[in-house]
Amino acid sequence: MGEYNVITPEIIAELEKAAPGRVVTGGDINPDYARDEMPAYGVHMPEASIDVLSTEEIAGIVKICYENNIPVTTRGAGTGLVGGCTPICGGVVLCTMRMNKILGYDLENMAVTVQPGVLLQQLAEDAMEHGCMYPPDPGEKLATLGGNVATNAGGMRAVKYGCTRDYVRALTVVLPTGEITRFGATVSKTSSGYSMTNLICGSEGTLGIITEITLRLIPAPKAAVSLMVPFENLHACTAMVPKMFMSGFKPQALEFFEKEILVSSEKFLGKQTFPRQVEGTEAGAYLLITFDGDSEEELDVIVEKAAEVFLENEALDVLIADTPPKMKDIWAARSSFLEGIEEQTKMLDECDVVVPVNRIADYVDYIAGIKSNYDFQVQYFGHAGDGNLHIYTCSNDMDPEEFGKQADEFMSLLYSKAMELGGQISGEHGIGMGKVKYLEEAMGEVAIRLMKGIKDVFDPKNILNPGKVCDRL
Amino acid sequence: MNILVCVKQVPDTAEIKIDPVTNTLIRDGVPSIVNPFDGYALEAAARIRDENLKTQIVVMSMGPEQAGNALRECLAIAADKAYLISDRCFGGSDTLATSYILMNAIKKIEESEGKFDAVFCGKQAIDGDTAQVGPEIAEQLGYPQVTYALTAKEEEGGLEILCEAEDENHVVGVKTPCLVTFTKPDFEPRFPTVKRKMAAKKAEIAKLTAEDFKDIDLSRIGLKGSPTKVKKTFVPEQKKGGIRIEEESGEAAGRKLCEMLSAAHII
Repeated sequence: MGEYNVITPEIIAELEKAAPGRVVTGGDINPDYARDEMPAYGVHMPEASIDVLSTEEIAGIVKICYENNIPVTTRGAGTGLVGGCTPICGGVVLCTMRMNKILGYDLENMAVTVQPGVLLQQLAEDAMEHGCMYPPDPGEKLATLGGNVATNAGGMRAVKYGCTRDYVRALTVVLPTGEITRFGATVSKTSSGYSMTNLICGSEGTLGIITEITLRLIPAPKAAVSLMVPFENLHACTAMVPKMFMSGFKPQALEFFEKEILVSSEKFLGKQTFPRQVEGTEAGAYLLITFDGDSEEELDVIVEKAAEVFLENEALDVLIADTPPKMKDIWAARSSFLEGIEEQTKMLDECDVVVPVNRIADYVDYIAGIKSNYDFQVQYFGHAGDGNLHIYTCSNDMDPEEFGKQADEFMSLLYSKAMELGGQISGEHGIGMGKVKYLEEAMGEVAIRLMKGIKDVFDPKNILNPGKVCDRL
Repeated sequence: MNILVCVKQVPDTAEIKIDPVTNTLIRDGVPSIVNPFDGYALEAAARIRDENLKTQIVVMSMGPEQAGNALRECLAIAADKAYLISDRCFGGSDTLATSYILMNAIKKIEESEGKFDAVFCGKQAIDGDTAQVGPEIAEQLGYPQVTYALTAKEEEGGLEILCEAEDENHVVGVKTPCLVTFTKPDFEPRFPTVKRKMAAKKAEIAKLTAEDFKDIDLSRIGLKGSPTKVKKTFVPEQKKGGIRIEEESGEAAGRKLCEMLSAAHII
């Protein structure tokens, strides 16, 4: 960390010229800029923060930081869960929230160009008004699209439509030197050298600063319906998932969760929508599924067949939400899992592993087998359709140091098991600073060496978001 | 138990427009839903059946052909049978004419479904907001009525109803046959199962027209048979406060009320 310079009054004056009236220092810096939603990985105040307004302005600021060897950490809404936007080496934080304009639609090419501070929800709603859908649907709707691209965010609809990366057509990027470049184009195929857009997407602010994004859209599906499927236990619930795919179903979303997490979420929302019992049998776990299509008639056929498959495979019942308000109600319960946990928990750690869909049941059995060895509560849910699990360790009364120690051991086991089953350590949250050591262990020496090499080509002075992804401090 | 639930298909919006010529509601172009309060009435009936599987739930709706969709939704959620009351000559009926038609319909449906122990309604429809049709049906049938119900439980010879009141909820016992209007409880109606939903799609909905009602007086129905004239609509001011008089007996409480009114020079 010693290699960086501190920000002197002279540098502040230079920054002030680049972003007049918006350079904030010392105690005036918004304390939120020291962290994301997972402060367990560390909280660190920057020396200065700037709410940036344009690509050119960012280029000017970054050039000053490059010349003076000052770290630059870019952030959006700060909804990350791995400490990705925490400025652990101090320096300057650039917040893109004020770059929040949808710049324009190119409906002939089914694309939209946005600034990085546009919120996911803002684009999703606006695209709908244009008859289009922006398919990526991470649980956190108030995240910025810049953050979504930086982490290759996934979400509920990834099972059918893929993740953010699959929708990035082109990016305007400011490099650590202050150069402005454009990667990609509004075309639907390309075989033109290394994919720079794919490198930037998922790079978590370590290779360049995303200042403009062109995203692919799809025609909005004309009809959608959701199913709630209670099971007696989680094993039966998750074992159902590969059978669904083998039966030829293409759900838009396919989520699984246990009763406990549903109860805390519904308590948080003050509204119970899921049945707790079916004809005297307690439901222990649920699948929540959405199908979309071109007409209600088409969906009726799918739903009827799917219900048959579920009922043949230990589903206790199959309930249907076939109107927009009913769908909103049941998905609200799913979307509030994290808030439900956060409200009731003082200490929290999380992992976001992804395993092949046919190994989810083995993985949840493994968690059930080891969780009682620890003093914290373990809550988990996940995107069953793509094998992505979110596992939370929660405690209110443990000694924080002991919590950290036990959580670290538990997480190590979870990551090893995920790799053993053919998985990866992060499905959609990223590595940030919280998972750096686990990435090293999981990827092995060669992959990490290549990643570091890529980082070095983009950012020879290592000023962009240091201490993240493959950069262990 | 044999329960009839009255439902109305309403536009899914708070924006209600009135035809300036006929002074009736304009429904074209607005998506339709089952009136939410009627949904709670249906859920209340379903909860009675959860406890007593011998319960039959019949739903009935008056409206154009498309109101059949609302009935299918009710069949998917909980109803066993559905009746659509539809005839051009019913159009434009106010609450009095509507309740008269529905009373006739109930008597007709009872010929095939047996006598109903209870008629459940929503407390009001979200489009008209009068809260009059339920109570008026009760009057026309000569039934006791309970309004603002949250839940209903089957009891020997009657129902035990939990009612919402300004200060606290009250438990009211009522003998059957009776009519109950429901308000919003702290739960939502159940979701339909796929099986029920598919059966509901294919279900036959019996349709009754004016011709089916032998004794109906045609001068009491439709726009011409409706004494109500809508001059304007507005949200009534909410009355607050009030005084609660608690005495040993009803007579003492009455005396106290008299004293207070006379002290205030009202009587």
